[in-house]
Amino acid sequence: MKQIDLVIIGGGPAGLSAAKMAAESGLASLIVERNFNVGGQLVKQTHMFFGSEKQYAKTRGIDIAKILVDDVLKFPDLIEIMTDTSVVGLYKDKVVTLLQKEKYIKVKTNAIIIATGASEKVLAFENNDLPGIYGAGAVQTLMNVHGVLPGNDVVMVGSGNIGLIVSYQLIQAGVNVKCVLEAASTIGGYKVHASKLKRLGVDILTSHSIKKAIGKNYLEKIVIGKLDDKWKFIEGTEEEIEVDSLCISVGLSPLSNLLSMIGVDMKYVSTLGGLVPLIDKNHETSIKNIFVAGDVCGVEEASSAIVEGYLTGLVVAEKLGFKHPNYDELYLDFKDQLHNLRSGPFGEKLRLGLQEIMR
Amino acid sequence: MLNTNGVPDKALIKTKFPDEKYLIKPLAITECYEKIPCNPCSTSCPFDAIYIGEDINTAPIVDFEKCTGCGICVYNCPGLAIFIVQKLNEENARFKIPYELRPLPIKGETWSGVNRAGEIITKVLIEKVSLTNRHDRTALIQVLVPLEYINDFVTIRRQI
Amino acid sequence: MRIKEHPILKFEEKKKLSFFFDGKEVYGYEGDTVASALHALGVKVLSHSIELHRPRGFYCAIGNCSSCMMIVDGKPNVKTCVTQLLENMVVKTQVNKGDIYEAN
Repeated sequence: MKQIDLVIIGGGPAGLSAAKMAAESGLASLIVERNFNVGGQLVKQTHMFFGSEKQYAKTRGIDIAKILVDDVLKFPDLIEIMTDTSVVGLYKDKVVTLLQKEKYIKVKTNAIIIATGASEKVLAFENNDLPGIYGAGAVQTLMNVHGVLPGNDVVMVGSGNIGLIVSYQLIQAGVNVKCVLEAASTIGGYKVHASKLKRLGVDILTSHSIKKAIGKNYLEKIVIGKLDDKWKFIEGTEEEIEVDSLCISVGLSPLSNLLSMIGVDMKYVSTLGGLVPLIDKNHETSIKNIFVAGDVCGVEEASSAIVEGYLTGLVVAEKLGFKHPNYDELYLDFKDQLHNLRSGPFGEKLRLGLQEIMR
Repeated sequence: MLNTNGVPDKALIKTKFPDEKYLIKPLAITECYEKIPCNPCSTSCPFDAIYIGEDINTAPIVDFEKCTGCGICVYNCPGLAIFIVQKLNEENARFKIPYELRPLPIKGETWSGVNRAGEIITKVLIEKVSLTNRHDRTALIQVLVPLEYINDFVTIRRQI
Repeated sequence: MRIKEHPILKFEEKKKLSFFFDGKEVYGYEGDTVASALHALGVKVLSHSIELHRPRGFYCAIGNCSSCMMIVDGKPNVKTCVTQLLENMVVKTQVNKGDIYEAN
């Protein structure tokens, strides 16, 4: 059986920064990534990030991915990366089983950081399974990673930051965005993103949602309608829109399946996106030496995932006897950065959610 | 309304503009109305003219005495929410705006001038297109706009 | 449809890869997934629901949702959105739960 001090599940922003900080402290780790490259969802973020310089603000996500990967590659002796590898089993005695292509591998470890991220939610409406209906992030992958367009005419459902940003990126790729639908009475994401779209001629229809999709083998039309203040469709407000693609951006939910598998204490917290693990201030779950970082313990921006990764890597290393020479200073800095990222009005629901999972 | 369709109303826009006497020189207008965790405009300013401070959720405040209208903050703003404006004379204003679409305009071309609601309001002259490595793929477009649209103009659109 | 000009990204011409989709020889490019190559060819229907045989395309494109599963080189239930396209791959539309004895 393979032996390694730390296994990090997920090679996105949280996993990569955790590995970097652990390595800086002297702790060896193995990053397990099911995709064929690391970088997570940063590899499709063509926009400049918010935040402050410490979280690479004003740098485009695609370039942050490169920075984080390069940082990890600076420690070839301490960080091993296995791509195209899925975790298939996770046991309380810290045995992790992996499937790399057709090969089954067992790993014994002392600590695990689960940084699996989140997945896009779906929305219930008639014919929501028609081809041509995608998660907004899926379209981002198709366009910005593979250079393939989803179609010619798109409607976006959801005006959170992802919906607004992906709408803008669709326009940058040459797609006609017909409108953005928002069920709430106000726009969900940052208004700077909304204004950016509006000045390009895209209407954001608040108190509107999709009623049904129409099409035989794939999407041809949608029916939208106006909502009352209880989010019920107002009769007679239906409108048909011809589209070949529809993007759904109604939030993310943590990919917490592995946490359920190993049996840590979990809680459903809607403001964090769904089922999340209970954690202490150092991101340790109810099972000793099982840690979490990033969206899997509450959906936030990638900037927070990066800092959570650093924090968790730092703490885990210390616990296993590899204390970073600047431990105290870094610990306070990471805590301070997270506080700063979350302290505005947009972080309010998140702050309440995070209180609920503190153990 | 900004909250319902992304269009700030006139009174709100005016809060970000300086007194007209300052506009004889080019100045940065930060159309950032919310408290969001972000500060590259402040950290990228070589003249220390944009204040945000320790709490990065604070909305930026421009010191119009210090601001030189260089445009560095324009392409460093992740929200593309900053532009430069100057009252040139009684006919025209000069803008520097961020632009991230293709095709790029070419110096000397006439494009449509667009307002915050996405409507074409006037014709504008493209005076300069800057896009070097330091712009990091956000082009800076210098545009000549009829003065009457100084509070309305926000971006350009190719004339079809 | 492939993106030719983009303000932020560069999509350089990559090596052409030929593969087979439901018996027909078609082309994609190096770096494609099976799903992205098919999508570029205008193929949106990748799988069918088991009970009602409703057409399905991909939803998440990152291996979560399982709505893009096809038969690839004789192996059923392959998530085509995270499967790299290789030269001469044989890709077939899957209409049932997937039968390993059907291979090839």
